[in-house]
Parts: sequence; C-alpha cells; structure tokens
Amino acid sequence: MNLTLKIWRQKNANDKGKMVDYQVSDISPDMSFLEMLDVLNEQLINKGEEPVAFDHDCREGICGMCSLYINGEAHGPDRGVTTCQLHMRMFKDGDTIFIEPFRAKAFPVIKDLVVDRSAFDRIQHAGGFISVNTSGNTIDANAIPVNKHDADDAFSAATCIGCGACVASCKNSSAMLFVGAKVSQFALLPQGQVEATDRVMNMVKQMDEEGFGNCTNTGACEVECPKGISLENIARMNSEYLKASLKG
Amino acid sequence: MSGILNSSIGRKVAMALSAFFLMIFILQHFAINILSVFSPDTFNEVSHFMGTFWLIQFVLQPVLIFGVVFHFIMGFVLEIKNKKARQISYAKNNGSANSTWMSRNMIWSGGFILVFLIIHFIDFWFPEINTKYIVGDMSGTLPNGEFRYYEELVHKFEPIWRVALYCLGFVFLALHLLHGFNSAFQSVGANNKYTKGLKGFGKAYAILIPLGFIFIALFHHFNH
Ligand code: HEM
Ligand code: SF4
Ligand code: FES
Repeated sequence: MNLTLKIWRQKNANDKGKMVDYQVSDISPDMSFLEMLDVLNEQLINKGEEPVAFDHDCREGICGMCSLYINGEAHGPDRGVTTCQLHMRMFKDGDTIFIEPFRAKAFPVIKDLVVDRSAFDRIQHAGGFISVNTSGNTIDANAIPVNKHDADDAFSAATCIGCGACVASCKNSSAMLFVGAKVSQFALLPQGQVEATDRVMNMVKQMDEEGFGNCTNTGACEVECPKGISLENIARMNSEYLKASLKG
Repeated sequence: MSGILNSSIGRKVAMALSAFFLMIFILQHFAINILSVFSPDTFNEVSHFMGTFWLIQFVLQPVLIFGVVFHFIMGFVLEIKNKKARQISYAKNNGSANSTWMSRNMIWSGGFILVFLIIHFIDFWFPEINTKYIVGDMSGTLPNGEFRYYEELVHKFEPIWRVALYCLGFVFLALHLLHGFNSAFQSVGANNKYTKGLKGFGKAYAILIPLGFIFIALFHHFNH
C-alpha cells in the first residue's frame, strides 16, 4: 500500500507545531499502525531527519500507552482496539491519513504525538485505591462473598487501561468515563465501601482541577474506548457522587 | 449544597433537574393546548383558571421562569467551559463516527429554542401580563362577554409566517429532546435495566409532543 500521512509535528511543549505531509510506500496490510510508523521513522532517520515521536510500550493492547487520533477518531477507525492493535488493512491503497495527538487542555503535548497523561495518575492518587495491607497476609478471595453480577461489572470497569481515548474523543474533553470506571471498580465491591465517600469526592475534585470538561452524554467515549467501558459507569459515579455529597 | 454548582457533576445534575422540570411543564402545556382542538369551551375555562389562580400565577410561574433562565444560562456556561477544555482543535475530527448530531449540537438546538421562546413570550406572555396586571382586566373576557383565550389563540395562528416559525421551533425542540430526554436520566445517575426500557419512551416523547404542538398550530391555521 502507498499512503499519504498528514502528521502533527511539534518540537517541544512550547513549539507552535504544524501538520506535515509524508509519503510511505510498500506498506503491508498486515502491519499494525505503529509498525507503519516505524517504517516512516526508518525512512526519516536514513534521510537524517528527526523521527516522529509517539508513545507505545506493550504493543499488544494492554498497557494503554499508545495513543494517536487517526482520521478523526481515537485509536483510528476500528472498534475495541488500541492503536497498536489497529491493522493497516483498515485502510486502502492511496489513502490520506491524518495523525494527530490526543487533544485536551489537561493532556499537553510534550513532543509530536506524545502527550502528558499524568493528570490521570493524579486522579488515581486522589482516591483510586483501597487501603488494605495485601502483603504477606492475603486473605482468601472467597472469604467475602460478592454477587456475581456485581463482580462481573466491577471486573469490566477494572479493564480500563487509562489510555485517554475517552478524553480525546469527547467533544468536551471530559474524563468521566475513565473516572467513572475507576470509581465503579471499587464502588461495586464490599472492599471498596470503607473509602467510598472520600474516593468519589476526591477523584471528581481532582478531575475538575485538572481542567477536563463536563460530560454531556454524547456517548463518543464508550464507542471509542478500546476496552468497551460502558456509560453505566458514569451514571454510577454520578449517583455515588450525589450520595456522597448528601452525606458530607 | 451551595458548593454543588462548583463541581462538574453538580452542574450536570442541576442541568438535568431543570430539564426534567421543563419536560413536565411542556407536557402540561401540551395537555391544555390540545383542548383547543377538541373543545374551545374547556380550553377557555382551563386557561382562565391557569391565568388567574394565585398558586399558579405567583408560585409556579416564577419557578418556571427561573427554571428556563437557569437552564439556558447553565447551558451556555457549560458550553463555554467545555470549549476551554480543548484549546487546539483537531485538524480532522469524525464526530459522526461515534455520536449523534443531536448530542453534539445541544447548544444549537437549545439556542433556536431560546429564539422561539423569546418570540413566544412577545406573542402570548407579554400581552397577557399587560391585560391582567397593567390594564388590570382580570375578567378574561372580550367586550361581548365571551372568554378571550380561544379567540386570541386562533387569531395568532392566522399569519403563515408565525405558523412556520412555531413549527420550526418545535422541530428544534424534538432534536433537543431526542438526545436530552435520556441524557437527563444518565446525568442523575440512572442507567440500569429499568432505564433501558425508558429509551423507547424517550424517543416517543421527543417526537410526539413537538409533533402535537405542530399539529395544533397547523389545525388552527387551516381551520379558520
Ligand atoms: C431556552 C433555551 C434552551 C437552551 C439554550 C438549552 C440548552 C441546553 C444545553 C446546552 C444542554 C446540554 C447541557 C449538558 O448536557 O450539559 C441542554 C440539555 C437539556 N435540555 Fe435544554 N436548552 C433549552 C431549552 C430546553 C427546553 C425547553 C427543554 C425541555 C422541554 C430542554 C430540555 C433539555 C434536556 C432534557 C437536556 C438534557 C439534560 C442532561 O443532559 O442532563 N431544554 N439544554
Ligand atoms: S475508559 Fe476506555 S478510553 Fe477511557 S482511559 Fe479507560 S480504557 Fe481508555
Ligand atoms: S502499546 Fe500498549 S496498549 Fe498499545
């Protein structure tokens, strides 16, 4: 396949940045999107130019590091996949592909396509944990019975890999799908009840301070999320938040 | 509770509560208006009651006005805040791949509803307030002694331009509610096996109520 790539280039956080056109040829439809970028970067390095910086780590859809806004969608046109799992067969020979960083005020660009998603870490630090000592004296998993339905929902919420596609896809740059998932994975379980009130209040407060927008329920996040995190998690966070604010 | 409007979720819930209130109000408004099609006399009597009963005039009406004003001001505030959360926009954004047009354009459908509401107030509300509280005529009757409400309504829908404008206003209301109805439930934290069944009802409400208002406008235009 021969492709035209329109890629966001930005030297550093302070640079203004611009879209730059590149041509790549002989791309195999079986390559992943990141492998296609590797081919481009080899070309650039051979020509003595600066390669395109982009995030990645596991390249098997579990770490959440790869990002990219491809042809107007987070992680590209496929569903339920991260960019490292996106195959070039989703595109046609001769296509023009727009490649941009995830855009949000709370996700500033560091270089080219790499953005700083540490806002998510700070939200997690604010309450996305349980204070149980799990070293050495681990208790049996079945000591506290959990309703199967709740266990399944908690597990689904816990599959969120913190990639930020929800923020990137949202017209309001809202982080509520991510925070909803992180609140829900504990709110559904007895182990999460001890800190339930503080957790949701503190995580939402941090989310607001980071400068994420406000959800208007367009549902774009749910469609673009590589892990299929559902909007129910946002509704659950909202009701947890209401319960918590009425209490305190 | 005062701090609640300082949080994203608090604002979202407040928006939804004002919207619930408006949706109930519109249902009530429709129920009264449709009487004008079936029985002008009943329409006159109910209108007179609504227009003169103190609880409605001096308690519910101010609450309603507050609700509308709160809803659209909050709508604009949220829109501005949300725009600020992304300072550089995408060179290419494929919004229709993951969301409906209605959901992405609540501010536009809402904005047109606001224009409609202003015209609607000039048409009906200001003359009503003028007759009752400035001129001081609480009788609700014409010089010939008959109730004036039905006559006034029919008269308003004579010019085709106003009928067209009202129809357009209700098309925007339908678009607003096609997203808004279910969105409001999601906002207050209700998304479960019970609300799934509500989706269909929401669509029906969003289409049938505005369609009903359009029917009333057309009915009076073509029947007189
Ligand atoms: C007066 C002009 C109006 C404006 C400017 C306006 C604006 C908006 C905006 C911007 C939103 C999205 C806010 C968000 O989701 O965060 C919204 C939501 C909504 N509006 Fe309106 N609106 C208006 C009138 C109305 C009317 C008359 C009704 C009902 C009869 C209505 C019902 C709703 C509903 C149900 C929602 C969804 C609430 C939610 O998502 O929680 N709106 N409106
Ligand atoms: S909710 Fe989905 S899109 Fe958002 S961070 Fe988690 S995995 Fe990524
Ligand atoms: S590189 Fe780990 S999810 Fe894509």
